[in-house]
Amino acid sequence: MMDGFKKHLIQLSILLLGLVVAAVLPATGLVNDYLQFVLISVAINAILCVSLNLVNGWMGEFSVGHAGFMALGAYASAILTVKLFPTAPAELLFPSAVLIGGCTAGLAGIPVGILSFKTRGDYLAIITLAFLMIVKSGLENIPYTGGPRGLLGIPRLTTLAWAYFWCVVAFWVIRNLVYSKYGRGIAAIREDEIAAEAMGVNTRTAKLVAFVTSSFFAGVAGALFAHQLQFINPSSFDILKSTEILVMVYLGGVASLGGSLLGAGVVTILTQCLQPLGTWRMVVLPAILVVLMLYRPSGIMGYRDWAWLKPFFPLTPRSNEKKETETGEDLQ
Amino acid sequence: MFLPNSISVPFRFFLLTITFFTCGSVLLTSCKPAKPSVKVGINAELTGEMPAVGASCKQAAELFVEQVNKDGGIMVGGTKLPVELSVVDNSCKADQSAAAAQRLISQNGVLVMVGPDASSCAIPAGELAESLGCLMISPWSTNPKTTQDTQTGKPKKNVFRACFTDRFESPVLAAFATKNLHAKTAAILYDVTSEAPTSQSALFKEAFEKAGGKVVSMETYSTGDRDFSAQLTKIRESAPDIIYLPAPYNDTPLIAAQARQLGIKAPFLGSDAWSSPDIIKLDTGKNLEGSYFCNHYSTEAATPKAKQFIADYTARYGNAPDDVAALTYDAMVLASQSISSAGNLDRTAVRDSMAATRTFDGVTGHFVYPKDEREPEKSAVIMQIKDGGFHWVSTVEP
Amino acid sequence: MKYLAQQAINALQLGSIYALIALGYSMVYGVLTMINFAHGDVFMLGAFFCLLLIALVPVPFWLALIVVMAATALLGTLIERFAYRPLRKAPRVSAIITALGCGLVIQNTTLGISPYARPMPRLLENATYQFGGITITMLQIVIIGVSLGLMLALDFLIRKTSFGMAMRAIASDRAMVSLLGIPANEIIAITFAIGAALGGAAGLLYGMAYPVVSASMGITVGWKAFVAAVIGGIGNMRGAVLGAFILGSVEVMTVAVLPSTYRDLISYSLLLLILVFKPYGLLGKPALHKA
Repeated sequence: MMDGFKKHLIQLSILLLGLVVAAVLPATGLVNDYLQFVLISVAINAILCVSLNLVNGWMGEFSVGHAGFMALGAYASAILTVKLFPTAPAELLFPSAVLIGGCTAGLAGIPVGILSFKTRGDYLAIITLAFLMIVKSGLENIPYTGGPRGLLGIPRLTTLAWAYFWCVVAFWVIRNLVYSKYGRGIAAIREDEIAAEAMGVNTRTAKLVAFVTSSFFAGVAGALFAHQLQFINPSSFDILKSTEILVMVYLGGVASLGGSLLGAGVVTILTQCLQPLGTWRMVVLPAILVVLMLYRPSGIMGYRDWAWLKPFFPLTPRSNEKKETETGEDLQ
Repeated sequence: MFLPNSISVPFRFFLLTITFFTCGSVLLTSCKPAKPSVKVGINAELTGEMPAVGASCKQAAELFVEQVNKDGGIMVGGTKLPVELSVVDNSCKADQSAAAAQRLISQNGVLVMVGPDASSCAIPAGELAESLGCLMISPWSTNPKTTQDTQTGKPKKNVFRACFTDRFESPVLAAFATKNLHAKTAAILYDVTSEAPTSQSALFKEAFEKAGGKVVSMETYSTGDRDFSAQLTKIRESAPDIIYLPAPYNDTPLIAAQARQLGIKAPFLGSDAWSSPDIIKLDTGKNLEGSYFCNHYSTEAATPKAKQFIADYTARYGNAPDDVAALTYDAMVLASQSISSAGNLDRTAVRDSMAATRTFDGVTGHFVYPKDEREPEKSAVIMQIKDGGFHWVSTVEP
Repeated sequence: MKYLAQQAINALQLGSIYALIALGYSMVYGVLTMINFAHGDVFMLGAFFCLLLIALVPVPFWLALIVVMAATALLGTLIERFAYRPLRKAPRVSAIITALGCGLVIQNTTLGISPYARPMPRLLENATYQFGGITITMLQIVIIGVSLGLMLALDFLIRKTSFGMAMRAIASDRAMVSLLGIPANEIIAITFAIGAALGGAAGLLYGMAYPVVSASMGITVGWKAFVAAVIGGIGNMRGAVLGAFILGSVEVMTVAVLPSTYRDLISYSLLLLILVFKPYGLLGKPALHKA
């Protein structure tokens, strides 16, 4: 059995290789523009999924406002690239725009996190819904960003390489968060908040960390989304978008990194493949979800993960020959 | 397998089915027939706010393709190639319109994209067509922004249209309002969340005031709203001579009904967004009787070419073509002419050939494309809704 | 003054329709602590059932109302039986997601069958009455009247009948109720049926007030009514009605004064404000036991 360090090195090299492939693939012409578009969409949706999963899955809340954070990230980054620095070189501009988009959304996550201290369950869901609608309506009333008719002329800066990069970063950060002490605190809140408090978990910090991280990555995804479609308007970020992300999360599996990837991939690809069905496509997809919920309420990979997505260092000492245990709540 | 062992067998079967379904669809869609053809894409509003517009567009395009393919196809560099039509729905949503354009241009590999019709969809699709270098002809979008580059303000290279713009239409309506309807004051109620009505309202206000009138009330609503009583009550207070309603065919009957219920007696004036015959079907209270609007062509004042098209369309589909259908047909003819005169299937050549077109005689009238302009100069018609149908009132030349 | 009075009548009409739908949300939440996201689409189907009915056999208004309410009640029962009952023991979130899924299926199936907006046939002769410069139509009177009537009937049902007592008992403690010999499943099914019937009635009335019916009308109105139910305190019937009229008034007043794009902003900010100070809504109470 290889030691953790070597495993990490191998994993890192595979990821880097993936980045090289993603950077080179468009130029080779093996993958046409449309397929690239779909792959980038999968990456963006995966980031949205895993960040929502942090709050909905691992923390057990029901947040409907994810599209609002996405909107903030999209608009913040678009303002940067379209209005403030239209002539700056893309290599420098794009990462900064995405980071700023993420930070804006992350900052917006703080008040929502604070609101979550006192409220739980359905009322938090409604607060997140209100937040989403306030962001959407607020954006509709700002003429600087085009108001309700949106912002045009966003340069096409999202490439396969950048999408892949941010996707890997998102998964890496959230994986590390979830398997750290904060992550265990977050999971404890899901199980029983009062007991967690009693056992010394600082629930306030944990909630803040979860909300801010989740909204940061939603903002990043929003920025990537804006620079892929080259056009954003407030109605792209309404309850329907939030619902799409929820569908992906619950289809793939709550509290699962692999589930987020799976859900994003399946839903995005199915949405594209089922295009010939037209409107009936949006009957088939939710129907699959409903059937899934009836037989497997936590989604395809709820609460479970593939071994290669979990950290390699064992978090408590165990013998080298011990097999993976398969209890549902195994967080280590 | 790579799934946790605790997943039950029937469930794995379910997952397997989804996976096969997905892979199968991907494989099927990427298999393309090898014979050469001229690929044209239609980006239409088949579902969403105005499905009647999308349906007209699709039907007119299919009629054209049928007629042309019966003849063997379009003449390209000496051989006749059949036309292959790909239709993608944009649900009348801006982001889906961009995605549809991407699909048509990159996945289906079309030479020309005809559509979208709604300006809110045409503008983002135009951005994409421009950045991907594919010729786009919008049949019905009248908003100036569709063919304009947002950064430079100059016309885009690849986006053209088959209709006149709001810059022509709004002054025509304003002139009609002041001269024929003798209106001194006007109120406007428009959808502020949609491109077309917003620019039409602004341009109408400008033109109306330049013609000596005064706009006493400008109220807004959002797409999908049903209740206009608050805005109409305010309009009632301002007592205008006419009310300008640049709303699409499904909103206008509602607005008119509520206005009449509140006791507003002023006549309504509409934009070309009223042009679908569905507007009369949806106007169960006959509140729009006697109202006027601006249109691109009229079945009553038709040229022989138009009459032929109307006869063919009615024979094929059972109802007379509206302006969207007529404009789409003209756009398709323009596209096929550009492809023929380019002589090959290269996107740049086709685009250059379209840019070189100066005049064109279509179903909707005589087009004049000035050099470096992407929109034609052509005549507009004023129509009236009377006795359950559209009636031609007058034609206005550019 | 009369301008305000006119706007007040508009608010009353809008509020009545929201109230009927909000009651459906509150009833279901009361007995199952579940947000039935498919309710907005049941409302939309109320209008469509009416269209279907009139196309088959033209009937007068009151008969159409009864038939539509019966049809939507049946639909509500079916949804409960096949989509929600199997998930009673599952985590609440799965039930909510199933509700979302059902709503999407209903909405898109209707969209697939009828992609075009359809005109609602006239069921009532719409007379207009004017007094003192204020216009009020027969339709508005009917809508407000029918809504108030249904609300009062529901209030009577809940407070004065044994069925209502059983409903309140289930809302308090579902497990205990079965032990006491009350058929919980049946009561819940009937609760869903009543809620759906109210939603269907609202759909019919809405279709009459705004006679262009399309499959997407369920989303906007459904969510607004949900917000209304929450403002008043979800689970509380009187709260639902209160919240609905508050929301209706806020919406009308906002549009009367500001551009329409501010409407949602103000409505939802109001919601947020109310929830910050009264986390369980205006008339709601915190759950007595851990949810």
